This record gives sequence, structure tokens and C-alpha cells, in this order.
Amino acid sequence: MAHAETLPAHKSPTAAPLSATFNPYAWIVGSVFAVLALPLVATLGYALATRWGATLVPDGLTLAWFVELWTTPRFVAAFARSLAVAVGALALSLVLVMPVALLAHTRYPWLDRWMNTLILMPFAVPPVVSSVGLLKLYAGGPLPLVGTPWILIPTYFTIVLPFMYRAIANSLRAVDVQSLMDAAQLLGAGPLKAFFLVILPNLRGGVQIAIFLSFSFLVGEFVFANMLVGTRFETLQVYLNNMRGASGHFTSALVITLFAFTLILTWLGNRQAEHTITEATR
Amino acid sequence: MKAPLPAWLWLVPFAVIFTAFQLAPMAWVAISAFNVNGNWGLGHFQEIAQSAFFRQAIWKSLTISLVSSAIGLVIATLTCHALVRSGGRLRRAMIAFTNMTSNFAGVPLAFAFIILLGANGVLTLALQRLGIIEDVRLYSTGGLIVIYTWFQIPLGILLLFPAFAGLKAEWRDAASLLGAGRIAYWQRIGLPVLWPALAGTFTVLFANAMGAYATVYALVNTSYNLMTIRIANLVAGDLFLEPNLASALALILVMLLVLVTLVQQWLLRRSAQHGSR
Repeated sequence: MAHAETLPAHKSPTAAPLSATFNPYAWIVGSVFAVLALPLVATLGYALATRWGATLVPDGLTLAWFVELWTTPRFVAAFARSLAVAVGALALSLVLVMPVALLAHTRYPWLDRWMNTLILMPFAVPPVVSSVGLLKLYAGGPLPLVGTPWILIPTYFTIVLPFMYRAIANSLRAVDVQSLMDAAQLLGAGPLKAFFLVILPNLRGGVQIAIFLSFSFLVGEFVFANMLVGTRFETLQVYLNNMRGASGHFTSALVITLFAFTLILTWLGNRQAEHTITEATR
Repeated sequence: MKAPLPAWLWLVPFAVIFTAFQLAPMAWVAISAFNVNGNWGLGHFQEIAQSAFFRQAIWKSLTISLVSSAIGLVIATLTCHALVRSGGRLRRAMIAFTNMTSNFAGVPLAFAFIILLGANGVLTLALQRLGIIEDVRLYSTGGLIVIYTWFQIPLGILLLFPAFAGLKAEWRDAASLLGAGRIAYWQRIGLPVLWPALAGTFTVLFANAMGAYATVYALVNTSYNLMTIRIANLVAGDLFLEPNLASALALILVMLLVLVTLVQQWLLRRSAQHGSR
């Protein structure tokens, strides 16, 4: 949030020393920046305003909307549900993708080509389209998952698969898996022990980046959550949508809270990425 | 050393879950689109083609997606061009900011635009007081194009910037040494080099817009007629559930995305052949 607050300072390109003479490039960047910042700044202002009626600036500033939000049990419950589903989906992804990436790297080179095609599918098929099939297949029958959070966990696995697979495959490329495995087994470790104690710690950096980015992506997911489960298991985005009748100040505080949360996650992911890169080039 | 189990068994859990939750739903959509009351046929596609309502949904989806992708691409191209010429600090700050805004999508984006440009929005009231406009209709085609363009710009910048950063200063110097002006440089060198990135970015933006659902749904619920809204309403609406018809419409949507991708690749192949001649 502190981030967003400092934004208006750069907003006007005339503030930059560059524009002592007319610099068209700074003007283009400045105006695109202003256009992109406008909705965010307005929402932040609204979340912090006591009242913002027919005036150019808010009447007064307050944190009351954030206090009200964080003391609303329904919001806290929705937050907890979103976190639980995201953690479940990421745990499932790690368990399922790790062995595939490892085998594609060590034993079956053809598998990597296959995976690179498969991971395009979540991009090619919009969530609304997948929902049509998922609703039909899991509404009844042997696996009646629709309406419960259990449908979201494997579905979220499919949409984070591209990030997870690429991240793990790229980290594996940076590690000499075969020699490490051989060395560990020579010292008496079984293949599983060798994997958990030697290979996994070497992949930590890359996997953490994928986890942070996937996490922020999943907390922002609305389409599947709303179509497959809806209000029976209200996640953050579904809660926000259901609050459309509430005060604009309250929903603004909610929007800003969500945005700040995803910013922290992507910041952690990017910091990890820089950390991993500096370590690798050392 | 004897392995107790063959290694490929480790692939089975992944294959089962991926098939059940990604491939099977897609296959069901593709098959049920042709299922007309238990018989095979093109009845659902006929129904869509004959219904003014569904034709309007397809038309509006295409219009909003094409217009917002085109405007988004032009603005992203200008911004990248300017960013390459700007100082390192401004460039880094703008790329970081773009990254940030590309995370701002879906329901929160709709709410932010209601605060900004809704009937009582901050900017709406300010513009009205200044007498610039009478009212803003956020819930119209124009309003949706504004919102779509807003989320296309950051994505476009992030996808295009690497290509612009790859334009070497030496090429420009070499061209001007050989007497090429600004226009000739862009015609002969700049655009041909950037062309694949521009076409690819346009395709991604178009697919992004065609598949968008959350923002419009949060903004106008089901009252604006778009393909994704119609598909969702046919499987999860309040009345008249018609999953097979939804599948047919969903299949048309996927086919449109495939068509645009094929056209893009055909254009790229053709220009590559021209270039190598």
C-alpha cells in the first residue's frame, strides 16, 4: 500500500528533470503511467476516505474501512478458505509434477516435449469453457465434487501446471541430477532418500518462485470458484463479488487489501528469483 | 540394483488427475456440442446461427476483443518504443509498475472502474463538474472497451518489451550511414524484426479478451451479451440450463481462438518466405 501511495509523485512527467526540454518519450511513458495508475489511485483514495462525494479530493482520511473489513468474520473466513484451497492445490501440484519433471529430465527426454505441449492447454482453453465440462462431469455420478472445495483443488492444479512445470524443469536443468543421485547412492542412500535429502534442497529456489507466483494467481481466481462452487464455499473473489451492494469505501478497502496481498506475494517471488540468479552466477 | 517398481509408475497419478480435470472436460465439451437430444448432429450450431441473440453475443465478443487488442497493441508499442529511449531508472520503474498492474484483473478491476467511472465515480463527477462530459456509460460497449484496453496495455508491454530491447542500436546506425531515413529504417528493419512479436502479442491479447469473464460479470452480471457470459449462463444460470448448447458455443469460442492463431502463423510463414527470397 505504501507502494501505491507514493505513485502520484511520479505521475506528472513534468516532475522529471528530463522535460526541461520537450521530451516526447517521457510524455508517452508518463501518460500511459497516469492512465494505468488512475483506477488504483482512485480505489486507494476511496478506501482511505471518510466520505468522497462531489469534490475533487476526499473530505478526510481514515483507516476505519480497513478496521471494519478486518473485523468482519465473513471476510476473515473467506480469506482462510482462499488460503486453504491455494495451499491444497499447490501441495497437490508439487506431489504430481515433481516426479514427472524429474523423470523427464533424467530418463525420458520425450516426456519433456510432451509436457511442453500439454502445459499450453490451460492457456488455450478459457476457464469458462473448462467449467462447462467440469460441471457436467462432476455434478453427480461417482464423483459429486461440484459445490464443494474438492473440485477446486485439482482444477487449480491444472491452471498452475504451466508455472510449476516450467519452474521445476528449469531448476533441474541447473543441477547435475545424475551425479548427485549417483553420489548419494554410493554413500548408501536409497533413491527416495537421495531425492529428498539431496535433489530437493537444490531445487528449493526455483520451486519457491513458482509457489509464490502461483499462490497470488490462485488467490485472484474467480471464474472456477464462482461457477463450480459459488457461495457454498465463499472464497475471497466470490466474497468481493457478493459485496457489490455494500459501501464503495468498504469494497475499496477489500480491493486494496487483495491487491496488496498479491503484490507481497509477487514481490517475494521476484526477490527469490533475483536471489537465485545471483547465487547461480556466483 | 533391482528397482521394485518401474519408474514410469510415478507418472500415473499426474496422468490420471490431468486427464480427469483438463482433458476430460475439454473432450466432453467437444463431444456434447454435437449431441442433439441423444442424436448426433449440428442442431446446436444451427440454433446458434439462427438466433439473433447468440449472433449478437459472438459479434460483441469479437468487436470488443479486436478493438481492445488493437488499441492495446498500439499503446503498448508506443510505450515500448518510448521506454527503449528512456533512462534506465524510468524504464525499470515503469516495467515494475506494469508488472504490478498486470496482476490487477477480474473482479477487483471491475470494482475499481466503478469507483472511478461509475455513475457516481470519482472521475465521472470531476469531469461533470468541469463540464467536459454529461455522463459516462461504463456499462456500454464503449465502457467495456475502455476497461478491456486498460488490462491489455500492461500485458502488451510485458510481452513486447523484450522484442524492442532486442532492436540493436548498431542497426539504426548502420541504416543511417547507408542513407536510410527514419521511415526507411522502420519499413526495412524495425518492423520486419518486430513483426513476429507484434503478431504473437496481438494473438495473446485477443485470446485474453475473448476468454475474459470475471470483469464483465462483476460489472454487469449477465446483462451484457458476450460469448463467455452466455456460455456460463447456459450451464450455471437460474433457468433454462442447456449444457449441450453451452458446449457448442464454447467450441465456437475455442475455434475462433484457433483460427486467429492459425492466421497469425500463416502470416508469419508467408513473411518469412518473402524475406528469404
